[in-house]
Amino acid sequence: MVNPKAHLSEKLFHDEIEKVPTRNGYGEGLVAAGEENKQVVVLCADLTESTRSEAFQKKFPERFIEVGVAEQNMASLASGMALAGKVPFISSYATFSPGRNNEQIRTTIAINNVNVKIAGAHAGISVGPDGATHQALEDMALMRVMPRMSVIYPCDALEAKKATLAASRITGPVYLRLARAGTPQFTTEETPFEFGKAEVFYEGKDATIVACGPLLYEAMIAANLLEKEGVSVEVINNHTIKPLDQSTILQSVQKTKALVTVEEHQVAGGMGSAVVEMLSQQFPVPVEMVGVKDRFGESGEPDELWDAFGLSHPHIIEAVKRVMKRK
Amino acid sequence: MKKEYTIPELEKKANEIRQDIIKMLVKAGSGHSAGPLGMADVFTALYFSVLKHDPKNPFWEERDRLILSNGHICPVRYAAMAHAGYFPVKELDTLRKFGSRLQGHPERERLPGLETTSGPLGSGLSQASGMAYVGKYIDKTTWRVYCAMSDAEQEAGQTWEAAMFAGKNKLDNLTAIIDRNNIQIDGFTEDIMPLEPLKEKYEAFNWHVLEVDGHNIEAIIDACNQAKAIHQKPTVLIMHTIPGKGVSFMENDFKWHGTPPGVSNMEGEPAKEEQVNIALKELRTLGGKIHSEQE
Repeated sequence: MVNPKAHLSEKLFHDEIEKVPTRNGYGEGLVAAGEENKQVVVLCADLTESTRSEAFQKKFPERFIEVGVAEQNMASLASGMALAGKVPFISSYATFSPGRNNEQIRTTIAINNVNVKIAGAHAGISVGPDGATHQALEDMALMRVMPRMSVIYPCDALEAKKATLAASRITGPVYLRLARAGTPQFTTEETPFEFGKAEVFYEGKDATIVACGPLLYEAMIAANLLEKEGVSVEVINNHTIKPLDQSTILQSVQKTKALVTVEEHQVAGGMGSAVVEMLSQQFPVPVEMVGVKDRFGESGEPDELWDAFGLSHPHIIEAVKRVMKRK
Repeated sequence: MKKEYTIPELEKKANEIRQDIIKMLVKAGSGHSAGPLGMADVFTALYFSVLKHDPKNPFWEERDRLILSNGHICPVRYAAMAHAGYFPVKELDTLRKFGSRLQGHPERERLPGLETTSGPLGSGLSQASGMAYVGKYIDKTTWRVYCAMSDAEQEAGQTWEAAMFAGKNKLDNLTAIIDRNNIQIDGFTEDIMPLEPLKEKYEAFNWHVLEVDGHNIEAIIDACNQAKAIHQKPTVLIMHTIPGKGVSFMENDFKWHGTPPGVSNMEGEPAKEEQVNIALKELRTLGGKIHSEQE
């Protein structure tokens, strides 16, 4: 059953649930962070409207810096600004930042250990019609292996707003992963969000699903449908991929003894990979991993791509059934 | 009160710094020779005349920021910093050793006064521009930003992204310094990837450009002062230097870009056992022109 302590939307499983892209939450979070902390500055590489940095630009024009199509420059400019006392957020698409500018992030942000936040929008195949070049599926792997880097992947727009504000309060580099498509707004203001703390959204005992990003909602639907078949699944919102909340995940898996990971990212090196790296050493159980399997994306509508790539709730249900047979 | 040095005093200081560069590279057994020797006069001018800084208070808010983009020439920065009083000269012996604050390429958090972590070429001008932007537009500070770069890193695209940004934003609190020594690891810059006309390229990016004799300390100081007087444009000083300056067998020879003396026998060079003694003797005697009391 849905965990009442998660305070999820009353419309959770209704067809008319509102759909909002997580990038919108980022835009609102930037304004909130800018109001709270005068040192926050925002840089953008010619994607101000699309990354929703626009709201900050309008509110704080003197703290908004347009850098043009130059993501490598943007990362290192932000490094310099952080060294001059600012809290820079750099906004672009995830394929370009942290994709194209990965070395600049490594040297001038991570080794340099400065307080820069990297927002990668348009992550996942749900970018849709733009096709493979613009669908980042490797970015969490790039950022999660970077020492000193924190990684957050919010599940809906409201959580993205909370995550953006949380990132501005952390000292040190943070990667925020955002999506283009409108997805169900199913958390509420009351839903707990703490950096580094996973949350149980659905309580169960037969298997654990650890998910992040907008696909978390698909995992919730899967859990709801499975409950009707008599299968009791626990669903964990693992929004902070790094540092990983080991104890919440361990507690659940020690109870259910079966794990399914769900993410809109390459299975190799992603969130699920982080979870099974931990579990294989501490509490090995049968695992099924739902994610993109060593291939690039392609053009299409978000829903049909999720189906075609095996990410939507029917595929999650199948994965749960497979993993339970292996217990 | 900052001590005012005469030009001959600065020249003597630069020579001491060159000798320490040779000694620290020999102790390290690896590292770059040509660039540090070539930039010794520039770094002497910066640390002993141009920069507003306090070696006893490296995080002083009002200090000028010196970004070293081509981190591989860090021996010259380390030597100049030691002579300026940031840390004991003896510590130069730890260059590139395990546990040393003097990493093979500079790491900001290891040694106060470094400003940034650097090495991979092409990102320093971006960092310097980010600082200068904050100084000019957001916090309206009095400090200036200096950014030392190599000539070969003008081949990196990011350098020009930053040059475009600094030009657009009229960062007149930024002085870039290019070590125009014409060599890089694989050969001469104009063979590897021609950079000329470098002056016109920067002018086209809305920079003020000065060409400077990088071994004339008075000219270096003058050029840095001129840059301060230029408004609404960043300034780049194209420092014409001789790589390996002061050691005859190293001068203008790209083989010495990434090699320390005393490590390998190379065709046409002194035997490796002789390299260090010849280098230090040449520096002490200014190429045989004087007989030093130190001999």
